[in-house]
Amino acid sequence: MRTNNVILRTVTRIVVIIILTLAVYLFLAGHHAPGGGFIGGLVLASAFVLLFIAVDMETVRKAVPIDFKLVAALGAFISVATGFGGVMFGEPFLNQVFGYVELPFFGETELTTVTIFEAGVALAVVGVVVTIILSIAEDV
Amino acid sequence: MIEMLLYSAITLYGVAILIALYRIAAGPSLPDRVFALDIVNVNLISGIAIISILLDTKAFLDVILILGILAFIGTISFSKFIERGVIIERKRND
Repeated sequence: MRTNNVILRTVTRIVVIIILTLAVYLFLAGHHAPGGGFIGGLVLASAFVLLFIAVDMETVRKAVPIDFKLVAALGAFISVATGFGGVMFGEPFLNQVFGYVELPFFGETELTTVTIFEAGVALAVVGVVVTIILSIAEDV
Repeated sequence: MIEMLLYSAITLYGVAILIALYRIAAGPSLPDRVFALDIVNVNLISGIAIISILLDTKAFLDVILILGILAFIGTISFSKFIERGVIIERKRND
């Protein structure tokens, strides 16, 4: 008997977009509310895991040609590099600043350097979690 | 009045989670355990919603969304493991 998972694939096309939107929301809400880079990265990784479950490994690798080990290394590099930004101005390591800037469309906006640090954390979490799950699944 | 209703509802959800935990421990087959895990997740979502009403806060609403996503992915993974024996296939075979 030929088996297929057409229901799962059809649902996944819609649900993955919802999960990615929630991940971006959690990442941006993390400055003043619960959320942040770590949990945003975990939700982003769960979207990738759902893709890997719904379709197979080769198709997702062809559609998303990213080496997730490189993503993890890049995220860790970005996080540490923002720490050295404070050292260059004579402040302690990992010192972060914020300021209010007048942007043309958004009005007065709070811009921080913590956002870059959190982006590095999110990239590191996505890379590590997807690499762990893929290397567990490949042993079968 | 409404507070007493909320407290009794959250108590009943706790009892339901306990019954489902018994089913996880003593379930005769693997689909019973998977179904009981799904019941635990749904009751946890409802309980967190009631807690966020009782505490009058919006901070727990993200928790509900993330629990929903994780319950969805977990149930799908268990179902695919029961049906196919492998969760992430290596290459497409249809």
